Amino acid sequence: MIVELGHLALVVAFCLSLLVAVFGLGGAHRARAGLMGAVPALVAGQFVFLGLSFGVLTHAFLVDDFSVAYVTANSNTMLPWYYKFSAVWGAHEGSFLLWILIMSGWTLAVAVKGRELPPAFQARVLGVMGLLNLGFIAFLLFTSNPFERLVPMTPGEGADLNPLLQDFGLIVHPPMLYMGYVGFSVAFAFAVAALLSGRLDAAWARWSRPWSNVAWAFLTLGITLGSWWAYYELGWGGWWFWDPVENASFMPWLAGTALIHSLAVSEKRGTFKSWTLLLAITTFSLSLLGAFIVRSGVLTSVHAFAVDPTRGLFILIFLALVVGGSLALYAMRTATIRSRASYTLASREAFLLLNNILLVISMALVLLGTLYPLAYELFTGGAKISVGVPYFNAGFVPLMLLLSAALGIAPVLNWKRTPAGRLLGRLGWVAAMSLLLGVGLPLVLADAVSWQVMLTLVLAFWILGSHGADLVRRLRRGTPPLAYVGMQVAHMGFAVALIGVAVTSALSVEKDLRMAPGDTLELGDLSFRFVGVERVSGPNYLADQGEFAVVESGRRYSLRPQKRNYLARRNVMTEAAIDPGLTRDVYLSLGEPLEDGAWAVRIQVKPFVRWIWLGGLLMSLGGVLAVLDSRYRRLRVKRDARAAAGAAATV
Amino acid sequence: MNRASLFVPLGIFSLIVVLGYLGFRLEDPHRLPSALLDKPFPEFTATVLGEPERVVSRSDLLGAPVLVNVWATWCPTCKAEHEELMRIDELTGLRLVGVNYKDDRTKALRWLRDFGNPYEFVLEDADGLLGVELGVYGAPESFLLDAEGKIVYKRVGEINPRVWRNEIAPLMERLEVASAYE
Amino acid sequence: MNPKRRTRLTVVLFLLAGAGVSVTLVLLALNENINMFYPPEAVVGGEAPVGTQIRAGGMVLEGSVDRDSESLDVSFVLTDYVGAEFPVRYSGILPDLFREGQGIIVQGELNGEGVFRASQVLAKHDENYMPPELAEMSAGHQKKPNPLNYDR
Repeated sequence: MIVELGHLALVVAFCLSLLVAVFGLGGAHRARAGLMGAVPALVAGQFVFLGLSFGVLTHAFLVDDFSVAYVTANSNTMLPWYYKFSAVWGAHEGSFLLWILIMSGWTLAVAVKGRELPPAFQARVLGVMGLLNLGFIAFLLFTSNPFERLVPMTPGEGADLNPLLQDFGLIVHPPMLYMGYVGFSVAFAFAVAALLSGRLDAAWARWSRPWSNVAWAFLTLGITLGSWWAYYELGWGGWWFWDPVENASFMPWLAGTALIHSLAVSEKRGTFKSWTLLLAITTFSLSLLGAFIVRSGVLTSVHAFAVDPTRGLFILIFLALVVGGSLALYAMRTATIRSRASYTLASREAFLLLNNILLVISMALVLLGTLYPLAYELFTGGAKISVGVPYFNAGFVPLMLLLSAALGIAPVLNWKRTPAGRLLGRLGWVAAMSLLLGVGLPLVLADAVSWQVMLTLVLAFWILGSHGADLVRRLRRGTPPLAYVGMQVAHMGFAVALIGVAVTSALSVEKDLRMAPGDTLELGDLSFRFVGVERVSGPNYLADQGEFAVVESGRRYSLRPQKRNYLARRNVMTEAAIDPGLTRDVYLSLGEPLEDGAWAVRIQVKPFVRWIWLGGLLMSLGGVLAVLDSRYRRLRVKRDARAAAGAAATV
Repeated sequence: MNRASLFVPLGIFSLIVVLGYLGFRLEDPHRLPSALLDKPFPEFTATVLGEPERVVSRSDLLGAPVLVNVWATWCPTCKAEHEELMRIDELTGLRLVGVNYKDDRTKALRWLRDFGNPYEFVLEDADGLLGVELGVYGAPESFLLDAEGKIVYKRVGEINPRVWRNEIAPLMERLEVASAYE
Repeated sequence: MNPKRRTRLTVVLFLLAGAGVSVTLVLLALNENINMFYPPEAVVGGEAPVGTQIRAGGMVLEGSVDRDSESLDVSFVLTDYVGAEFPVRYSGILPDLFREGQGIIVQGELNGEGVFRASQVLAKHDENYMPPELAEMSAGHQKKPNPLNYDR
């Protein structure tokens, strides 16, 4: 009975989101204050009912209600309770319910925090978001109902959660990622509302900036966690695979990064307005495209959800309506925008434009690489290809290096124009220092290092140096605003990640070898002795656990990698043993058993790999700090209205 | 800005949607291979699981519509599907015949004893040769044959309540099979 | 041309040049890094090029896996179960889901003797995943997809 309540709550939420869309958009169109006034309450109701629905599904998992098909497919009585909880979003139906719940959470946040927006504008934003949620809930109800029952015959045991997903990383990764994906719907809704109302001035940019920043911070965190999860859970030490599903989250991130920078220009300088609108639409569209890729099975991937043609078709039609509609609206409404562009090459505008161009090209590059196999198959009548990792690296790395070079100049730049003398005066010594450190450090600390690594390090020090110098200068003049601190933290995070990527890619050591108990491997300062393998058992698996005695520059410790056999699904899983460290990870995984008690073993030393995720965390933190800036605490509607009156771009 | 250039994003997006749609048609996973639709079920001979003396052939499938289900004990999805097959057996007049694919005889018999046997009989296919003739290469797969032994429906992957309701149940009336399971 | 316009023109030209170079590089990289996929039939039939990075796939023939007792060298045979099969050599750790009778993909080069030297062996990651290239391969050459919960 409880399960049916969950289903019913979903239906109620569907009706409420329909009302939100109709009252919001209709009320704003007809200027009916009564209709618009009802919208926030409806939004709250929608959130409550979706929360109820989500709670019911969670309950079904926690009490092992195998009469629910989704629970049977993804849980098991032996599964520890915390994985039962996270199994709620372990597969398609439940994860989409989470997506919708988060979507309605964002809508509620706009309803509450956006009270100081002009009522008609807020109503339009909520209406657009209601419309989106209407589509999402319909998708869940009609193609992927998580509450489907297995009656009259209820299985006594479930099929268990995919072992890859039985992990802390998976408890936190999807919610963060969805917070980001769906968070960009706010920027999207603001853009569409601005297009609908015809008020395309700097005000909408100002209003949507904090929302975009928060969404971006979550997406950054989500991707970082995903990379970390893949690193330790897939068992072989890779941290990025250019897999279609990873690309699906990375494309909105690239566009979203361009968006938060472009919004800054639109807000402060009143330029790039139509471009910023386009980016807002693009970013969320890429989130939806990502959902299509992941959930339709068009591109198969390690992470992809189960394939179902009806679902793919539904999302595709939804995508066509939402994105096609908004892009058509964009094309019709923005023709009248006039920007007062007057800036020189050495200006913040020009560099932010450069940032946008580089990021959008990177995004297009990833998009092309992701969809190319599909296009190729279509045009050649079925020839299968895969796009190799070298393609992505070959295109992406130079672009990021260019971006880094430009980023180092950024803190010194003024709006409109920067005197050449100041550029040289402030950056000359930073350039010299970063050259010295970037080339010198690897030569001193490592024996043979490629010029690519040196270049990357030079650029990372270049960013750190110019930002650090600027921070010192700002601190002398008093406490800088949080928005500035956020920018600093995020940019430095980027440099930190850059160092991590460069060093770990160039200096990682990887050995695959055959080891029998008693065998020893010497690897630089490290020595590994294979002690042996014993049988251990977990709550829902049996494992062969290897023991390795490691001596690292006099320090002794043991590493115990496992080969797990999950009972319910009979999956074999490699569980790596990692000794983490800020300057290096020692990473051990068991391959397969060979004859005479020997095992295939992979031993890896990955210097600075943690810096990649540290950088990601810093970037995310920077995004959050920027939003906490006091000027966003209260939306100054009056001043915005004044700015709007002064802007040349009213329709 | 040039008016026409504003439509460029829309154009690019339309291309992606078209690509997505075509690609998605291409990958439609449960589409019946047209080569098999409305073709007679291939000739075969096989022994019956648990009755090594009894040899059956295509003619044993004729006379009434039958659902031929390929399963194995090594296939976790077959376990989930089994319950649905039990339900179909209980609630409808449809004949069920199993093909035990690349499996161990003892394990298969134990499975049927433990979880119930919805099948009229089960064909043994330990080496997968029958599977090759049927164009099967995995489990579960199912074929629905009419009384003349013609394939009217094929399912690659499990049969679950949704598949039954949306795809197989509608065929019951046409095949004149009594069914209390909608 | 007034100075303002000239500045703007410089900016535009600069950006166009940058974009043009990037696009060219991207397309070059894309063309160099696509790996064609070949089923056993094409490998045996000589359609697959020798000495080029390609991908090939098939089912691991039962009983064909042979591990060297001293090293991590391994050889096995990939088959489509209808007559076409070719030998593969690889050195390293095989994926968790590498099993006999399992569909896998190998990436590497074919040598003059028809032996595939694999630099990478890919198996499906869980029962919901099958390498897309393998989806089409089957005994009867009919469409063989990668459906929900489908075990091989």
